[in-house]
Amino acid sequence: MSQEGRERADDEATAPDEAPHQQARWYAGGQYEPLLSEKSSESVDVDSSLPDDLTRDELELPSLVEPEVARHYTRLSQMNYGIESGPIPLGSCTMKYNPSFTEDVAAHPGNRVHPLRADEDKQGILHLLYELQETLATIGGMDAVTLQPPAGAAGEFTGIQVAKAYHEANGDDRSEVIVPESAHGTNFASAAMAGYDVVELPSNEEGRVEVDALEAAVSDDTALLMLTNPNTLGLFERDIEAIAEIVHDAGGLLYYDGANLNSLLGKARPGDMGFDIMHFNLHKTFATPHGGGGPGQGPIGVGEDLAPFLPTPQVREAEGGYETYEPTHSIGRVHEFMGNWLVLVKAYAYILRHGDEGLENVSETAVLNANYLASQIEYDVPYGPFHHEFVASANADAGDVAKAMLDHGVHPPTTKWPEIVDEALMTEPTETESKRRLDDLAAAFNAVAAMDEESLAETPTETTARRIDQATAARNPRLSWHALDE
Amino acid sequence: MPYVTHSDAERSAMLDAVGVSNPDDLFDIPESVRFDGEYEIEARSERATRSTVEGILDESPDLTEFLGGGHYDHYVPSVVDHLSLRSEFLTSYTQYQPEITQGFLQALFEFQSLVVELTGLGIANCSMYDRATALGEAALLADRVRATSGETVLVPDAISDRMRSVLENYTDGPGIAVDTYPTTGGTVDVNALAERIDDDTSMVYAATPNARGLLEPDLDAVGDLTDEHDALFCVGSDAVALAVLEPPESYGADIVVGDAGVLGLPTTYGMGLGLFACREDFLRQVPGRLVGTSEDAAGNRAYTLTLQTREQHIRRERATSNICTNQAWLALRAAIHAAWLGPDGLVDLAEECVAGVRETCERIDALDGFTAPVYDGHHFREALVDTDAPAADVVDHCRHAGLALRTVEDGDTERLAVCVTDTNREQVDALVDALAGYGGAA
Repeated sequence: MSQEGRERADDEATAPDEAPHQQARWYAGGQYEPLLSEKSSESVDVDSSLPDDLTRDELELPSLVEPEVARHYTRLSQMNYGIESGPIPLGSCTMKYNPSFTEDVAAHPGNRVHPLRADEDKQGILHLLYELQETLATIGGMDAVTLQPPAGAAGEFTGIQVAKAYHEANGDDRSEVIVPESAHGTNFASAAMAGYDVVELPSNEEGRVEVDALEAAVSDDTALLMLTNPNTLGLFERDIEAIAEIVHDAGGLLYYDGANLNSLLGKARPGDMGFDIMHFNLHKTFATPHGGGGPGQGPIGVGEDLAPFLPTPQVREAEGGYETYEPTHSIGRVHEFMGNWLVLVKAYAYILRHGDEGLENVSETAVLNANYLASQIEYDVPYGPFHHEFVASANADAGDVAKAMLDHGVHPPTTKWPEIVDEALMTEPTETESKRRLDDLAAAFNAVAAMDEESLAETPTETTARRIDQATAARNPRLSWHALDE
Repeated sequence: MPYVTHSDAERSAMLDAVGVSNPDDLFDIPESVRFDGEYEIEARSERATRSTVEGILDESPDLTEFLGGGHYDHYVPSVVDHLSLRSEFLTSYTQYQPEITQGFLQALFEFQSLVVELTGLGIANCSMYDRATALGEAALLADRVRATSGETVLVPDAISDRMRSVLENYTDGPGIAVDTYPTTGGTVDVNALAERIDDDTSMVYAATPNARGLLEPDLDAVGDLTDEHDALFCVGSDAVALAVLEPPESYGADIVVGDAGVLGLPTTYGMGLGLFACREDFLRQVPGRLVGTSEDAAGNRAYTLTLQTREQHIRRERATSNICTNQAWLALRAAIHAAWLGPDGLVDLAEECVAGVRETCERIDALDGFTAPVYDGHHFREALVDTDAPAADVVDHCRHAGLALRTVEDGDTERLAVCVTDTNREQVDALVDALAGYGGAA
């Protein structure tokens, strides 16, 4: 961007009032869209039919005609990067292309059903819920599935609550949840939220669970071991049967974090490995669009002994159709209704579209893509062989590397995590990237690998915004347009 | 097989590069735990998949709903779908790389600003799953900031079983007790609450409109009580009602939770968008994601997720919440809907929620065998109705007329609940006719 352009953008940033009707500008990087409140702010006197003591005097909000609303959000979308803009190889996130037809299924009028209808008046909904819960149970090797949790982390929390209820029903007072150091932060947070002490488990030199350390860690206090398999390094926990035995012998349960299920479709099932509880991330494995941070959905599957503790309501076959019921020892609800219904519909459509062979192909291609990309990049890639993701070690600050990758038109990998790899670049290309895209990605990695630290620190230059100062944002939090005048 | 990414030649080249002859060789899974069975899911063409799933959905009858009870339907303008479904929004990830996600960050910042304006509180996060989980998070926040003074959360006795159940799952871990306080005449009994509240109370929750559809008249008195006992005051409401109601901050609310899905989200089997706002003192205790402003290297204003040290991916077991993926896309939709309405349109929509239920109650009350509303006061969207006949029989009768109503256990009495918004108001004639034609009402 030209220096002149920068200065103009700067003027607008600080003095939007002087350019209230600003048009979009087309030179690179010179994109700036005023806030709605800078375009229009109207304070209306609230003249309500309600008594004065119940009502506000005025409401001050933007007021725009529809064409201006459309332009504002169109402009904002142009300043945003989605999977249809290019690859998003974020490790642990499974950002694959979302088949567009599932949006049409989600728009079908049969979705417009209120959750408080009587069972006989929502048979279509219950039928789909039943089919999906049974299908997920099959895919996970589980006995029963609840579709209620509205996200993966909510699924973790639900699973832990179910485990807690199970232990309590057995008169078993257990206070600890064991989590490997390489696990997702949500595992730690969900366990703590459920009232458990978290015991962190170190990894061995191969990046896997250290079985001896697990032996030492389990006790009568172990409620649960939470595992991601393949783990966040993309490595399958080969000792899974021994791990399950150790946990079960101690009276604990084994929890499967489904974030990495995309590498097991058609190949292995958590239930067959000895897992008692698992969650599915429908917005990862089953391609429902991530929506800039949700809605997702995190159904959980459980073994037979745990099924009575699942949230209410569950769905079962009944005479002439389907009915809801409350499991005998249900933990109650984790969402007011059934979570994010449209995500369930899209995931079900995705599964039916693929069938057995298509789902196995998903995992085979995801794993091939990850290994191929790992073989093409010049960064050091410790550990291996990989499943669907790998963790490279950057030769510089991984955060800087990520910013430099933005200038190559691709979303960077997950950075600085898991911490067991120095300056980690955790990379998951998914199955929907073509060889050509993977070659482009590798070229981007390698171009950045050749840069010196000084030039890395200058990046990005080809993006909507230059590098953003995170520290200032946290030191001086301004979280609404009301705070900008202060 | 759908969505095959590579040609055979490409696949061979990739297999050569990684040194295996078959992708299956890359799977490092012990034989003993390999899955050699079938899921028995039959693949379908796109057309056949659509027709299968849509065929299942079509098994529900087409009814006019008067249901409410936590999931409300308003007309969502077409522009909301058209803009929010742009793939740059729909298929994007959480904004961990703000330089290429300024658009979504700005939209979320604008959503937060909308919630700040509606609640009067200084901080709003950019979404929760739904109103029930937002209430759960509020109880956890109260427990953290009032750790030394109290362990009990008080909720009105009329709170729905669904809301209460979610709250009890959230409060179970830290050992927070959930207890009720009485309502009288359909709304908060301030005197009874004054009797019940004590120094062990960490938070008092009250909703307006409440579970019976009534607007609470004495919330300022509740605010005084919570102040006296050093408890937090959490108000439940929604993004349409707050367009006309007194901002909760003005009568002492410390936290506001509720439903923002009344904007941008039509009836979708209970899918929600939780809102969460609180006083600025609790900044570092807020659950969920926050978008703030900063500057980029060129000195331009830029948006970014901020105060992430509160969050699970940094703070792990000491995080303020385990929340990761939430409802960002629905927050975008709510913001678009609000922008399209503008303040006048939002106030008009809220007024329609007052007028619709009021007129409907007047018409039902004029019928023999019905009393509407049961409780005196100002209603918003919904109200309870008394019937001489068993309420469940009346619901069945209306069902045959293509109308969906529900019954509510109100204390020891089973009553009808009726919810009227802009999307079913034209069918109120049909509802009144159905009730008038009910044979058991005499």
